[in-house]
Amino acid sequence: MSFEFPLLSLIIWLPIVFGIAVFATGNDTNAQLARWISLIGSTLGFLVAIPLYSGFDITTSSMQFVENYVWFERFNVNYHLGVDGISMPLILLNCLITPIVVVAGWEVIKQRVSQYMGAFLVMSGIVNGVFSSLDAILFYVFWEASLIPMFLIIGIWGGPNRVYAAIKFFLYTLLGSLLMLIAFIYLYKTSEGSFSIEDYHKLSIPLTPQIFLFIAFLLAFAVKVPMWPVHTWLPDAHVEAPTGGSVVLAAILLKLGGYGFLRFSLPIVPDASLYLADMMIALSLIAVVYIGLIALMQADMKKLIAYSSVAHMGFVTLGFFLMNAYGIEGAMVQMISHGFISGAMFLCVGVLYDRLHSRQIADYGGVVNKMPVFAAFFMLFAMANAGLPGTSGFVGEFMVIMSAVQINFWYAFLAATTLIFGAAYTLWMYKRVVFGAVANSAVEGLQDISKREFILLAILAFFVLWIGIYPFPLVEVMHSTIDHLLIHLSTSKL
Amino acid sequence: MNFIPPDFAPASSEIFMLIMVCVVMLADLTAGNNRRHVAYLLTQITLLGCALLTFISFSTEVNHTFHGMYVDDSMSDILKLMVYGTVSAVLIYSHTYVSDRGMLRGEFFSLILFATLGMMVMISASHFLTLYIGLELLSLSLYALVALRRDSQLATEAAMKFFVLGALASGFLLYGMSMVYGATGTLHISQLAQIIQSEASSREVLVVGLVFIVAGISFKLSAAPFHMWAPDVYQGSPTAITLFIGSAPKLAAFGFVMRLLIEGMGEMSADWQGMLVILAVLSMAIGNIAAIAQENIKRMLAYSTISHMGFLLLGFISADSNGYSSALFYVIAYVLMTLGTFAMIMALCRNGFEAENISDFKGLSKRNAWYAFITLLLMLSLAGIPPMIGFYAKFAVLQAVVNAGFVWLAVVAVIFSLIGAFYYLRIIKLMYFDEPETDEPILPNSDVKILLSANGLAVLALGIFPQALMGLSLYAIQNSM
Repeated sequence: MSFEFPLLSLIIWLPIVFGIAVFATGNDTNAQLARWISLIGSTLGFLVAIPLYSGFDITTSSMQFVENYVWFERFNVNYHLGVDGISMPLILLNCLITPIVVVAGWEVIKQRVSQYMGAFLVMSGIVNGVFSSLDAILFYVFWEASLIPMFLIIGIWGGPNRVYAAIKFFLYTLLGSLLMLIAFIYLYKTSEGSFSIEDYHKLSIPLTPQIFLFIAFLLAFAVKVPMWPVHTWLPDAHVEAPTGGSVVLAAILLKLGGYGFLRFSLPIVPDASLYLADMMIALSLIAVVYIGLIALMQADMKKLIAYSSVAHMGFVTLGFFLMNAYGIEGAMVQMISHGFISGAMFLCVGVLYDRLHSRQIADYGGVVNKMPVFAAFFMLFAMANAGLPGTSGFVGEFMVIMSAVQINFWYAFLAATTLIFGAAYTLWMYKRVVFGAVANSAVEGLQDISKREFILLAILAFFVLWIGIYPFPLVEVMHSTIDHLLIHLSTSKL
Repeated sequence: MNFIPPDFAPASSEIFMLIMVCVVMLADLTAGNNRRHVAYLLTQITLLGCALLTFISFSTEVNHTFHGMYVDDSMSDILKLMVYGTVSAVLIYSHTYVSDRGMLRGEFFSLILFATLGMMVMISASHFLTLYIGLELLSLSLYALVALRRDSQLATEAAMKFFVLGALASGFLLYGMSMVYGATGTLHISQLAQIIQSEASSREVLVVGLVFIVAGISFKLSAAPFHMWAPDVYQGSPTAITLFIGSAPKLAAFGFVMRLLIEGMGEMSADWQGMLVILAVLSMAIGNIAAIAQENIKRMLAYSTISHMGFLLLGFISADSNGYSSALFYVIAYVLMTLGTFAMIMALCRNGFEAENISDFKGLSKRNAWYAFITLLLMLSLAGIPPMIGFYAKFAVLQAVVNAGFVWLAVVAVIFSLIGAFYYLRIIKLMYFDEPETDEPILPNSDVKILLSANGLAVLALGIFPQALMGLSLYAIQNSM
């Protein structure tokens, strides 16, 4: 494939154009048409993203598939796109999750179908834009724009407390990102008129401004990840969001925060990152241990998985701020793997919710008697969530723990408790929901998963096992980029 | 004595406007049954004619005329073109509303045209007296417009309040101008700058004069703590008039600030910077926090205006052309958003029903998905969320503020705009998440429908391609300084 071809633009704009087409189908009389257009659009969106992997050069750390045009010259802002080993896997993850979400909402969403499907397609394009922007303002525009569809998805199709959750989600994220905007403007001034992220990587900044910049970035990304103590929006948003919304939120939107740390915090302000690394590690470990304990106590399945997401994302930030190759690569693998596992877990809960309209663990019991195929899938994902070797959940956590041992034994010790807590809260929930005698007449009437649901879960199961057994193709693409990032980190920019 | 007639060419559009106001009044008296229609068309033609005249005389040079009392530069031309466009849109939007409520009399058109003339004079003034005449022409027309609905108690009260406080502010302004005159001995804005620069004047008197002038300006901009009139006037006026007050005069006020503070007293920027910082922070704080508590949509938008004016003032604080052009961009973006928002409120009104409360937006997405979408764009733009134009306006101003070294001020500004985001989100929430209270169809005229759609989409399109407008703003400022 020739490098002239604007592949990244296509990956960004194709879903958005299809999304607009879906909106245009109008009200629910054309619902079936809206569904099919979204399926075609999201599948095409995934297919056009494949050349990104097949044409990717793993030997270089520089940006690939670069596109650079002037966007508005008044402030020297460019439409500058490109991917490296960090962003490429995340784009593929996003493109894969979108068709899954569309299919997951196929029969479940009956009202305002075109708006629901269209919002997911538009969001998919916007998120691809976030991952591939190399201009700070372009990045910011995509970053903030991704709030709008998610806000509507939670608010329109969510549960009873959806309005509160939607507004909380929006304002929390906006708070962080506005300070990031000021950080960008400050960097624009310091760099004498550039918004290029690659220019920022070369900028030398004194320690005090570095720390302020780090804090501004931290607020933006920590809210998204989310890190303790700014995670409180996540359980609310997850619980109230429709299944598709939860899947995208957990699988994709949380990754934006992690990506931000790698793209901005670590390379632009490495000295501040080093200076504050202990704090970041402490916050991450609190997330891993404390939130793990909170998850144990949840009575609501979605809330439990939401808290488990916070704990798993704690591993990601822990890996980043250990600042060695194992740590960062492990964190990246953890991000991708968490995308599949948490997405799958939410789909599983969605499958149950669609049948019984309850998310309470206490309302279930003995599901295995009525839904054996589903129980098998759910088992696999629960195990992966607990970090069982052979599943993708193990690889990332293991790498991060390995790297933590090199730094400090107690870090590794605390991080490793997640293997116990994770197993405890996931499997205990699994036991209460799936095993035992049939709990009540509602469970008695359950039907096993349909073909549609089977395909969705099978695709996710395939990736969970693939990364668990043979993670090399994933690690390989990140290798040179992360090596380059580490060189960045080890050179002071004061 | 030798009388040299002044060069009328730079003021041709004002002269044309004055003639046409008289024509509109006469036509309205003499034309037959469909005279309202004639007056309406004539008004639109007048605005078009002015636009053509301004466009033809467009030049990059600065032309002074009437013995230096009047100036024609690229900033004034660009601002005037914006004013014509805005007034024309106001007329299209408010036509049905006004005629449904029996306010479509000849006065309506002539007062609007007089107000427009006042704005044009303000924008082009280069002398304190011209500036004041323009301002009073605008203000008096606005007082009368607010009171146009004579049978409405609320409107009469609003007009009284507006008039009394407005007269007070004009008094402040005149007093400040007289102090400046006392200190420098001139009323010409360009000479004033030179005298201040040469430091031949008494600094103390000048600063006292400056304080009064800034107070007068703040009143006209409705910046806190001189904002008290705005919520009452916005709420009390018929929505069509609120739309007018909230839109075009902000452009004129921008020109007014440029002429007085920047061109006239730019040398004293160190003195007025501090005042503007206080005004800006207060406006953003009061505007955004008070707006949360409002149930009346017009009142809420009045507070939102106050906060936006605070943001606009931030653009002036950097005291360089970068900041001024950002402020100009901000005011243009603001006018575009205000036009759309009030037009939407009017579209929700029916004969005999006033859309007044924010609850009237409930379930709009179910009643009319397209209008809900347009309102969504407008609200997000007002909240400053990309990719809407409101974001770039905020971005440009913040950039100027940070560039001038006021990072803390930028942080304060974004925190208040975060608070502000809440009440815009509330409208979106009502439209999309709530059930409608009524299923009355929304049936505006086709011209309103087209213009409103264009207005909403412009907010998005100019956000995706902001270069043209940003470049224009910079060009206007750079060629006039």
